[in-house]
Formats: sequence, C-alpha cells, structure tokens
Amino acid sequence: MYQYNDFDTAFLATRNAQFRAQVERRLDGSLTEDEFKPLRLMNGVYLQLHAYMLRVAIPYGTLSADQMRVLADLAERWDKGYGHFTTRQNIQYNWPKLSDIPDMLDHLGTVGLHAIQTSGNTIRNVTADHFAGAAADEVLDPRPYAELLRQWSTDHPEFQFLPRKFKIAVTGSPNDRAVVRAHDIGLVAKIVDGKVGFEVIIGGGLGRTPMIGKTVRDFLPVEDLLPYCEAIVSVYNRLGRRDNKYKARIKITVHENGLDEMRDRIEARFAELRPLFDGIDQQMLEDIRAQFTLPAFRPSSSLPPLVDPALQAWIDTNTTAHKRDDHAIVTISIKTHGETPGDATAQQMRLMADIADKHAYGELRISHEQNVILPHVRRADLPAVYAALRNAGLGTANVGLASDIIACPGMDYCALATARSIPVAQQIAKRIDEMGIEHDIGALKIKISGCINACGHHHVGHIGILGLDRAGVENYQITLGGDGSETASIGERAGPGFAYDQVVPAIERLILAYLEHRADASETFLAAYRRLGAAPFKAALYPQEAANAA
Amino acid sequence: MSRRPFTPKVVTANLLVEGDVVYLSAADAWVPHLSQAEVFEDEAVAEARLLDAARQTEVVVGVYLADVTLGPDGPQPSHFREAFRASGPTNYPHGKAHEVA
Ligand code: SF4
Repeated sequence: MYQYNDFDTAFLATRNAQFRAQVERRLDGSLTEDEFKPLRLMNGVYLQLHAYMLRVAIPYGTLSADQMRVLADLAERWDKGYGHFTTRQNIQYNWPKLSDIPDMLDHLGTVGLHAIQTSGNTIRNVTADHFAGAAADEVLDPRPYAELLRQWSTDHPEFQFLPRKFKIAVTGSPNDRAVVRAHDIGLVAKIVDGKVGFEVIIGGGLGRTPMIGKTVRDFLPVEDLLPYCEAIVSVYNRLGRRDNKYKARIKITVHENGLDEMRDRIEARFAELRPLFDGIDQQMLEDIRAQFTLPAFRPSSSLPPLVDPALQAWIDTNTTAHKRDDHAIVTISIKTHGETPGDATAQQMRLMADIADKHAYGELRISHEQNVILPHVRRADLPAVYAALRNAGLGTANVGLASDIIACPGMDYCALATARSIPVAQQIAKRIDEMGIEHDIGALKIKISGCINACGHHHVGHIGILGLDRAGVENYQITLGGDGSETASIGERAGPGFAYDQVVPAIERLILAYLEHRADASETFLAAYRRLGAAPFKAALYPQEAANAA
Repeated sequence: MSRRPFTPKVVTANLLVEGDVVYLSAADAWVPHLSQAEVFEDEAVAEARLLDAARQTEVVVGVYLADVTLGPDGPQPSHFREAFRASGPTNYPHGKAHEVA
C-alpha cells in the first residue's frame, strides 16, 4: 500500500492547519458564510438537511486496517457511532459539529487520510476496481496509476475551479467493476505487444443527462498518462460551459463539440504539454509501484467439504476468484436486509480491521457498491472469517443479489434530494428476504437515487429507481436494463412513477415477471430483459394498462 | 398574472456550529422544534423577520422562510422535505421525533 512520504505528511498538516484557521475565522465572524463556503467545500464539508457532513476520500478504495480503525474513531468520537460508505469509495459522517471538524481531519492525517477535493469543481477522489491487486481476471493493478493521478490532481493549480466536478476511474481488468464508462475520464489499463498503456474513455456520466463514455484513444502508452489527462482536463477547462450548471460536465462538452473535435483539441494540447513532462512523473510512478507489491502470501490448504449450508451460501455469493488458487477475495456485505445500505458502525469497522489483520494481510477495500472487501484471504480461513463476520451482523450472503442495493443518502440526509432512497432500499431488501427467493433470482443490481444527480447510479441499475418530488409528494420512476459494466448501457424509463408505498410492490411484480419469463435459471435479469425487451416487464409494472390494452 | 396568495411561514435555518435545524421563535430565539416557532401570516412581517434573522450570521446559516399549515397542534410542515427537517432522518432513531420530550 502507498505510504505517505515526508512531503505528503507535511502537505496534509499544512492544509489541515489552514482549514483550522479558516473555521476559527468563520466562528469569530471574520469570514462570512459566502466566503467560508467554498473553503469548507474544498475540504469535504457540506451542510446537509440536519447537520454538517464530512466526506473523507478513500483513494481508489484502498484502506489499511489501521486506517479503518481511525475511520471508526471518527464515527465514535465525533459522530453518532457510524459512517456511510458511498458510491465514490468515500465515507461520509452525517453529524459532525463544525468546530470538531479540524480535529477530525488531524486524526485522519495521522494515517494519511484526508477530505481534500471530495467536493467542489475539482478533480475528485480517483476511484478504481475494488478487487484491484487481487482479482484473477486482472491484467494490471490499476492503483499505482490511480495514486499517480491523485498526486497530480491534488491541489493542481490549474484545476481548482473547473466548470464542474471531474471524476476519474481506473480499472486494470477487462471485466469493468469500476464503472469507467460513466466517468468524466475512464481508464482501462492493458498490455499490448508487451507495452503497458490505457484505453482512454471520456465524457461518460450519469446525472440529469446520462451518457456512456466514448473512447478517445484506444491505447495510450503509460508514459503519456499524465500529459494526456492534463490535456483532456485543460481542453475541458477552456471549452466546458460555465453559463449553465446543468450543461457544465465534460459529457456535454463532448456531446456538443463532437468526439472528433474534442480529440483534435486534446491531441493538440497534448503535443504542447508532452515535452514539459520530462520523466519525473515516470520516476514517481516507479516509486509508487514499489509500494503496491503483493503481500507475502502464506500458502493455504484447500477447504474440507463444508457441512454448514449458510457458510456454503456465503462462500458461493460473497467470494470471488483470486489471482492465487489458494486465496479468495471476500466481499463483506454492508447490506443486511432492512439496514441502511453502506452504513457501518464503529464496532463493525474495528472488527473488519481486526479480521483484515488476522486473515487478509491487513488490507481492506471499499467498493462503489457500498461494501467492504477483504482482498486476500486464505481459502482455509474462510470459515473463521465468516464466523467472525456473522457474529457482528456482517455475514449476509447477498453480494450481487437483489438486496445488495446501492442507495444514496436521499432525503433522509441530503440537502439536494427530491425524495428518500434509504427506506425504499430497506423495504425492498426486507421484502425479498421474506419471499425467500433471492438466491433463485440470482444476479440483479437495483440502484436507487434520491434525485436526478444520480449518486445512486440508478441509470446503470438493471432496475433503477429515481426518487422525485411530484407536486409535493414522493414519487419513484423506474428504469430498466441499465448496466454499469463493460457492456454498459443506460436504463430505459418504464413509464409513470409510483407513490412511495407502491414502489416496493412494483419491484416485486418486476422480479416475479422475470422469474416467469426467463429462459432458465442461468439467464440473468439483464439477459432476459435484453432478450425479451421491455414489454413483459412493463406489463408487470402496469397490470391495469396491460389489461385495458388486451 | 396574479400572485399566489401568501401562505403561513416560519423562519428556519441551521445552527452555525452544530448544524442543527432551528426555527425562530416569537421571543427572537432559535428553537429546536417547529411547534415553538413563530408563524407569520403577513408577508411583510415575514420578510422583515427573515432579514433580521439573516443578519445573525454568527449563530445560524442558510436562513429561509418555510411554508407551514396551521393545525390544532400548531404549525405543521407543508412539504415533506420540511417534515424530515423537523423530525430527523427516517432510517434511524436520531431525530427530534425520537427525543424524550
Ligand atoms: S442523488 Fe441526489 S439525493 Fe442522492 S446523494 Fe446525490 S444529490 Fe443527494
């Protein structure tokens, strides 16, 4: 894992001292709210519905056990005992006092964590495949490149006031778990003819105008990574619209100018910038790479035949193939049926840190799907890991299934929300559990956003749910057939929205229709939707209309 | 075009330090419960009180007028957003709805 050097540590300490002074000046009246707001946003501090919210970056989703313990400390000492893992591999604290936030940031700084650029019109936390460094299908570990991008983008003087926020995601696997096609820049690391490089995708994004990103370069050699990304952001900084917040993201810049025009401008800017990068970035990359070595794996015997069906179900559902046959990747579900998706208590965080130390070489990851990953677990240790998790209420075997729902904070917390998301997710998960059909349904991604900003990625949910305010009442629009993977697509709106108390029955009808119409148990919801089209699903959602039409 | 008739309002904000949702009372204090808020049925008075309140920049942030309806138990939020602000999140027993009175 990347260890902060003296420069990083000093930079963070200076930045935290600066913010502490800004908070003091706000509290003593020397700074107005208008002056203070952009400063607090640059340090991840929002004012939400009920309180301030502190958003802490977890760069490319990678955490050490000690870092996880510090996240637990923050939850316990300055919040209400829990934190919320988000779809951008961040953690949010929902209840800090403004006057406590400088202390929280200092405590984070002791383990090299921070909240810089988790808000504002800057380059945000660089995200990555949550199985990075561990997955059997991985070509390259994307994290050294993500770390290089983090260092380049942090406090980049030219990019502190972009037209709008800017998000970069990196994967090193052909199976895209980082939703790279829904980011401002998506990078797919690959090796071609023995050379390391990237497919570069630009202009993806969700929100009000969802777009699947477009490939601007099939293969960018690794030594060109920073100048090329700088060229993209620089062109966007010049060309991106500042007159209309809703048209300010690069996806609109690409859409309005066309990919060819964007490519020409990016290449021209790249030609100017390339000579300025004289190789120091590549030296830095070498230093960073040296810090992402694999742990000293201890060989593992294979598992004896299992007699506990609950353990077997958990292994089947919550583990993924590791680079090594004798290890597995464990996904800890933070989606217990009926609980808030992505919320973990301080005790749970500490327990996960302890398990990581004992069984996973001290490493953890946070997924954009709001779960926690133990990237390297000896197969022989799986029963012990499961037992420890289950005792802490973390043993739910539902990863990738219908109750593994992404839900943004919605109107329970978020000042921008138009409706709630969390209770809808809680009720769907509970209902699916009651019906006892979750494992029969198989792979199904339900994603819920509490407003058009789409932090809950509803556009790329196989079933997407968008909470809206229709004439002062919560109303939920359903989209079908979205996909955030390497076969990315934007979900299609099914029809009129549903009232708050009608949305769970509507989802139930959809799922039952899928079970009725699928070719066989191996055909997933998404595959069935792609084969059959929307008609049978719409008929299930709107039975009255279907009956009238018949 | 005719203007929409003025509907009853309260002044609301968040506390600068704690971030808590508060309402302006008739005694000019920032109070935690909507039931304690002063209700304005006259637009000019509401606007004047809003301006006064907005000057208290060292105590509160984000001051605005929120719509309420008047019922037997005092002011009630007109919109569900204000209802959640008044009672707290619905996924945990954190909010004011769960406080011991
Ligand atoms: S989608 Fe909307 S409601 Fe949900 S977190 Fe984002 S801004 Fe808030």
